[in-house]
Amino acid sequence: MAKITFILHNGVEQTVDGIPGMSVMEAAVKNMVPGIDADCGGACACATCHVYLQPEWQDKVGKRAAMEEDMLDFAFDVQDSSRLSCQIKISDAINGLRVRVPAKQF
Amino acid sequence: MSDEIKTDAVIIGAGPCGLFAIFELGLLDIKCHVIDILDRAGGQCAELYPEKPIYDIPALPIVTGAELTGRLMEQAKPFHPQYHFNQMVTELVKHGDNDFELKTDGGLVFRSKIVVIAAGGGSFQPKKPPIPGIDAYEGTSVFYSIKKMEAFRGRDILIVGGGDSALDWVNNLTPIAGSMTLLHRRDEFRAAPDSVNKMRELVAQGKMQLKLGQVTGLTGEGGNLQSVQVKGNDGAAYEIKANTLLPFFGLTMKLGPVANWGLNLDQNVIPVDTEKFETSTPGIFAIGDINHYPGKLKLILSGFHEAALLAQQAFRYINPGERLLFQYTTSSSSLQKKLGVN
Repeated sequence: MAKITFILHNGVEQTVDGIPGMSVMEAAVKNMVPGIDADCGGACACATCHVYLQPEWQDKVGKRAAMEEDMLDFAFDVQDSSRLSCQIKISDAINGLRVRVPAKQF
Repeated sequence: MSDEIKTDAVIIGAGPCGLFAIFELGLLDIKCHVIDILDRAGGQCAELYPEKPIYDIPALPIVTGAELTGRLMEQAKPFHPQYHFNQMVTELVKHGDNDFELKTDGGLVFRSKIVVIAAGGGSFQPKKPPIPGIDAYEGTSVFYSIKKMEAFRGRDILIVGGGDSALDWVNNLTPIAGSMTLLHRRDEFRAAPDSVNKMRELVAQGKMQLKLGQVTGLTGEGGNLQSVQVKGNDGAAYEIKANTLLPFFGLTMKLGPVANWGLNLDQNVIPVDTEKFETSTPGIFAIGDINHYPGKLKLILSGFHEAALLAQQAFRYINPGERLLFQYTTSSSSLQKKLGVN
């Protein structure tokens, strides 16, 4: 189990249990974290599971792949810390991960 | 109303479940018109994952969204479905038993005996970037889709995005625009290489500008845009003069007009029974991702089953009092005749 904390746009924090192998998006949807729409169900095809990594996690989580970089063109307010949460695989190494959820996936 | 289209069934949504419903209804001699907001069949399979493999279609260990769509269309072909693309059903009114009227945003009017809602997650609509105050400019200076190019002649246009829509419209509108600027968050584009090359050529010829950055705000008056504030990739803020903004951030699914048709809804899905997959309005059925019942799984294969069962009830509505004979395509010569294989 890995703990993942979603910091919602209004500052409220929601911590969920993530099963290694699942994606951060799946953990969010399973626990009904608001602000993660995941229209395409995890195919890296819609950019509606956009999150921002908290600074201390940016190096640990790793870089986005080319497909994800392309898909981020369809997200709003993309920053260096931007990731699509369906492309972050949960493992013990990211236990305690903190990500910020945008106000809207639009 | 001479151009009203009369038909047995209207299917709303040309995704996999809507396409298979053509087949199941067709076996029972029910003719279908199919309406979809996209410019082609396939629904989510076409828009979200045309190239991505699906592994849970019975008997197809691996198939892409595009292949599945193609095969379903081929399977439905003997029944001569009529497709109406780029149309969103805006109104659905029941006039009486076996009498429904549907209208689309493209001005089509249908009169149908039954209706099948196979609309998936709703209608695909352009994403509207959450730029503060953007609502005030929509329809006057901000447009998410283009119906008539001429409306943009002489305008100072800013297009935002890096996909095919953004690049296609940059290339098409530059010759008639007053000025053209393309804004994208990086100097790489996911659009087809051809259109990217064409755009770079236009930049080299001085016919348009390419800027990097992201929109942060809009300035204007009375719905008329004057300039767009941008945060550059180096963090520095700058401004682009434009009276027209065209943001192209892809499509998202919204429930859309379905919510206004007087059907019972439960958290954006339509409750149905599991015998006929009928909604709270007799004669209107709902199949696929848009329906809900105890134990519902949003799988394509569930939608196929739902299509087969709804067709039985649709037959009873359209042919009251007539006995419905259950037959297999393998052995029934009458079904094989309909399929054109016998």
